[in-house]
Amino acid sequence: MSVAAITPDYVGERRDRLENFHGNQIVYVGWDRHLMFCSPVAFALPPETPFSKLQDEVIPGAFSQHPDFAEIDWSAVVWHLNGAPFLPSRDKSLIEQGVDHKSIIRMATPGLNGIKGSGS
Amino acid sequence: MSKAFIALQDNEESHYIVEAIEQDNPTATVIYQPAMIRIENEGRLVINRATVEEKMGRDWEIPALHVNLITLGGNVDEDDDQFSLTWKQ
Amino acid sequence: MSNRKINMKEKYRLLTRDLDWEYSYRDYKEVFPQQEFEGIKITDWSKWEDPFRLTMDAYWKYQAEKEKKLYAILDAFSQNNSQLNVTDARYVNAIKLFLTGISPGEHQAAMGFGQVGRQLGGVGARVACQMQAIDELRHVQTQIHAMSHYNKFFDGFQDFSHMHDRVWYLSVSKSFFDDARTAGPFEYMVAIGFSFEYVLTNLLFVPFMSGAAYNGDMATVTFGFSAQSDEARHMTLGLEIIKFLLEQHPDNLPIVQRWINKWFWRGTRMLSLVAMMMDYMLPNKVMSWQEAWEVYFEEAGGSLFKDLARYGIEMPDYAQTAIAEKEHISHQVWSMFYNYGHATAFHTWMPTEKEMDWLSEKYPNTFDKYYRPRFEKWREMEAAGERFYNPTLPMLCQTCQIPMGFTDMEDPTSIFYRQSEYDGERYNFCSDGCKDIFDHEPEKYVQAWLPVHQIYQGNCGGPSMEDVLGNYYKINLGVDNMDFHGSPDEERWNIWHNLQPAEDKLKQAS
Repeated sequence: MSVAAITPDYVGERRDRLENFHGNQIVYVGWDRHLMFCSPVAFALPPETPFSKLQDEVIPGAFSQHPDFAEIDWSAVVWHLNGAPFLPSRDKSLIEQGVDHKSIIRMATPGLNGIKGSGS
Repeated sequence: MSKAFIALQDNEESHYIVEAIEQDNPTATVIYQPAMIRIENEGRLVINRATVEEKMGRDWEIPALHVNLITLGGNVDEDDDQFSLTWKQ
Repeated sequence: MSNRKINMKEKYRLLTRDLDWEYSYRDYKEVFPQQEFEGIKITDWSKWEDPFRLTMDAYWKYQAEKEKKLYAILDAFSQNNSQLNVTDARYVNAIKLFLTGISPGEHQAAMGFGQVGRQLGGVGARVACQMQAIDELRHVQTQIHAMSHYNKFFDGFQDFSHMHDRVWYLSVSKSFFDDARTAGPFEYMVAIGFSFEYVLTNLLFVPFMSGAAYNGDMATVTFGFSAQSDEARHMTLGLEIIKFLLEQHPDNLPIVQRWINKWFWRGTRMLSLVAMMMDYMLPNKVMSWQEAWEVYFEEAGGSLFKDLARYGIEMPDYAQTAIAEKEHISHQVWSMFYNYGHATAFHTWMPTEKEMDWLSEKYPNTFDKYYRPRFEKWREMEAAGERFYNPTLPMLCQTCQIPMGFTDMEDPTSIFYRQSEYDGERYNFCSDGCKDIFDHEPEKYVQAWLPVHQIYQGNCGGPSMEDVLGNYYKINLGVDNMDFHGSPDEERWNIWHNLQPAEDKLKQAS
């Protein structure tokens, strides 16, 4: 469907175009069943960022306050990219493995279900 | 059946309006909440000018209801002598 | 000329319909250029029935009376230093959110009804819109006036208008009204006149205001009920527009139903902020959000939609989702604001033990299972001197602009994710309702001003938190924001009442 507008063929400006982010792209990361972090978080990162950097530096900066964080067995983490199962390669960049602008990465940590198992 | 309802600010003038509503709608329920009075009745709720005037002991016009009104539920019908709220189903 | 008193119906006809005229030297379509592009078909404006039949002379008379009553109470409130009599200083934070997030919406509504009133071909509808525009202006003025008293004693009120245009959570209400005002005149009427005023504003102005009274705030309850007395008239205008459109032409039904679906959902998302105000920001409780929702949406809204069934109108899409969410949203939204309490112009806090017991009692299916363990953990962290703040900016929904903190009602510990692709770009949503709205008019919502993305684009004063929050938002850092405990507001309150600071209590307790 399309918008009802007074102006014919009205299309608004895409305000979050990749080129507006000065060389970065937006990447969202959510940690399943750890709602102490109320929502997934947003990062602005160069598309060439290696996945290892995301995992080793960026994600700890966001989630390490949670007592479960230190318990994570990283080899057992189940990843999703934009809703589909995802097997990230540590050495490849985000963009090389399909993590493009405004993509959502979800990480599930089996056996770790938040504060007292409440999903928090 | 659905409940028609009206809520009025809890003040002196409203107390007379509530008395009139209770008299003219014998099945109505009156609920007192902080600073407000909610009156509800199955299907229909009516306010008659004559009854309100009798309770107040002075003239009163239907649009004066606006001064103490908080909210209502139901289809409004208003003329010089009465104000009603009705659900049609 | 006779002196007989004319009756209300005749007076209404003379003072509305009789003000119209035939357009003899301009084409009707030139006079009302916005009446057709939305696809709505109007055949006869004379069928418009204003149920209240309020004429301008009576309008001025009764509005003046309302104002006199209101200002008598506001004067008494300030002369009596009644800000000292509210339950406790935490309560005032609900009023800060009201002034920054809700009162500017009244102003938006005033402008909206002014614009729309100009565009409708029927004189009855135009007069009703004119009155509503004036009402909304009265609301924003009286609200600013009433709350200016609090500004003398508490932090966070000073830059409400500046903040409304910039601060991340205020973009929720700003974008809601921007969306309505940039729609056509009939969508605006269905959005604000019907979906918002009739179906949802009771939830804001009735139980919350009753709660304000119960917390000693006579100023707020008085401006609230004074505003709501106008809303009762607005509600009947909203209902009349629906009936009128549906009686005019059968082709209007699917368009009106889609607008109802859209604006019900947008409204419930925006009211999730009110849910949190009810359950968390009123120290003395009148009723829970869930109870208010049951009375004012499920019961009153249910009656309304049953009544409209004769026109073929159905309950809005996703009403069932909204009903399921009544047991969750206040806790989820309070969690969001607690997470980002360093970035708000009001204070947040964890409920006391007694308040948590009340929440457990009111939300037996959800609070202990999903939320209490989280809140107890946060309280422990605070007691250990490590009050939790989320260090990373949140992901926002493209449509409602609220952080993506709403969960799947089938699986309440999982965030609800939805995504669309349009013109080669991904767009993300918190719900099917928000995704549907985007998918129907992507050309409109691609231009959403999402605060988090704007910060990352460098459009909000600079890269650091101080640049954004302090310089761009004008939050007084360390004063307006952060936890209530340890705030200047709390300190002053304790001095006024000779109370012991919470920090000392915590020290003694540990």
